[in-house]
Amino acid sequence: MQTIGAFFGGSDRGHQRNDEGRMMKIVGLHSALRTAILAAAFFAALSQAVRADDFQAKLLYCKTCHGLSGQGYHGYYPMPRLAGQQPQYIENQLRAFIEHRRRNAIMANVAHALSPSMLSALAHHFRDLNPPPLGGGGSRGEIATGRRIYEEGLPESNVPACSACHGPDARGQDQIPRLAGQLPDYFYSKLVNWSAERGQNSSMPDSSAVMGPTSHNLTKSQIAAVAAYVSGLR
Amino acid sequence: MKRIWPKLVILAILCSPVPSWAGSSIAASVRNCTWCHGTGAQGYTVAPRLAGQRALYIEAQLRGYAARIRDNPLSKQYMWGAAANLRPDAVQELADYFASLPPKSAHDGRRALVETGQAIYLQGIPEANIVACLACHGPAGQGVREIPRLGGMSYFYLKRRLEEWGQGYHSAPASPMPLAASTLGPDEIEALASYLSFVR
Repeated sequence: MQTIGAFFGGSDRGHQRNDEGRMMKIVGLHSALRTAILAAAFFAALSQAVRADDFQAKLLYCKTCHGLSGQGYHGYYPMPRLAGQQPQYIENQLRAFIEHRRRNAIMANVAHALSPSMLSALAHHFRDLNPPPLGGGGSRGEIATGRRIYEEGLPESNVPACSACHGPDARGQDQIPRLAGQLPDYFYSKLVNWSAERGQNSSMPDSSAVMGPTSHNLTKSQIAAVAAYVSGLR
Repeated sequence: MKRIWPKLVILAILCSPVPSWAGSSIAASVRNCTWCHGTGAQGYTVAPRLAGQRALYIEAQLRGYAARIRDNPLSKQYMWGAAANLRPDAVQELADYFASLPPKSAHDGRRALVETGQAIYLQGIPEANIVACLACHGPAGQGVREIPRLGGMSYFYLKRRLEEWGQGYHSAPASPMPLAASTLGPDEIEALASYLSFVR
């Protein structure tokens, strides 16, 4: 109590010799200033706490569709695995929805309601989650074909090896997404529809252009094979 | 011309489309369902419509009753017993049968709430962390695989189920519905149930 009283009142007896009224005013001013600073600090701390609550609530909102461990979910539409995903990739995609670079009605609504700091915090959360893949990709033959395309590409069709950019373990890097454990139907639907969904804002060209030619040069059955292969990778 | 009529009538009776399940053991099971769910399986009072429901959903729910996973009061009261002794092949036959019937929309919600309900269904309310229902249940509430068709189900059934999710009852293991419904308030539930009851 003593310290709090001293802090608020700023009482310092040495200064109270004469002109007590004037001194009281100054002391009052000091005290008001200190109170204001204290209040500002208090509310800053409070709003920090609210932000933590907000973050947890928003995280549960993401996980309602993308799975409690970020493992993805087969709804009417396949909802991609976010677990282990590169933060820069997630961040870039959320911004792409906002900036109309990537077309998706549901995610456009979702992303528009995110503040920049929330967006960044969410993007970093999923990196450390590591649930087993949902799998269900395809037959052994498909998986073997997919692996060959992933590791060696298709020189005759001008398809580079996926591993060159997405890494030999398919974990991606920076803006290049992790593919390991991705839902095969999500993977397939993105690649067969690449040019209609990505790079949609001509005034803001982005890194999605890199995948354009490759997505066209792959046949649907080749895409399905690569989807089958990567969906089983951990 | 006159003498041909009796023959035609007899022919018509002989060739009338007899449901393929008639006379088999499934006929009795179907009757047991339709006592409560309505003769056309369009739902009746608290029993939901089964006509046009996703076969895999019906199967999963019947297994859920038998395993006592789906534990809301009416399920306990009526369906635990009803599903307890169904053989696996009967479960599948019943599910396929009801899924094949054409569903009718209930139209029993509040019309004034249709627009609000539709907006929540299609877009969610991102600011309130309410997810868009269509991501799982489809743009017309048609459902897919084990995810139920919601379009045209009765307002009272939908409202009660949405409330029950928030009250901590279970259905399928790992269902996202407890989480999805936890952010819905009474107004949102009212609007969603109203909208869906009018969907074809």
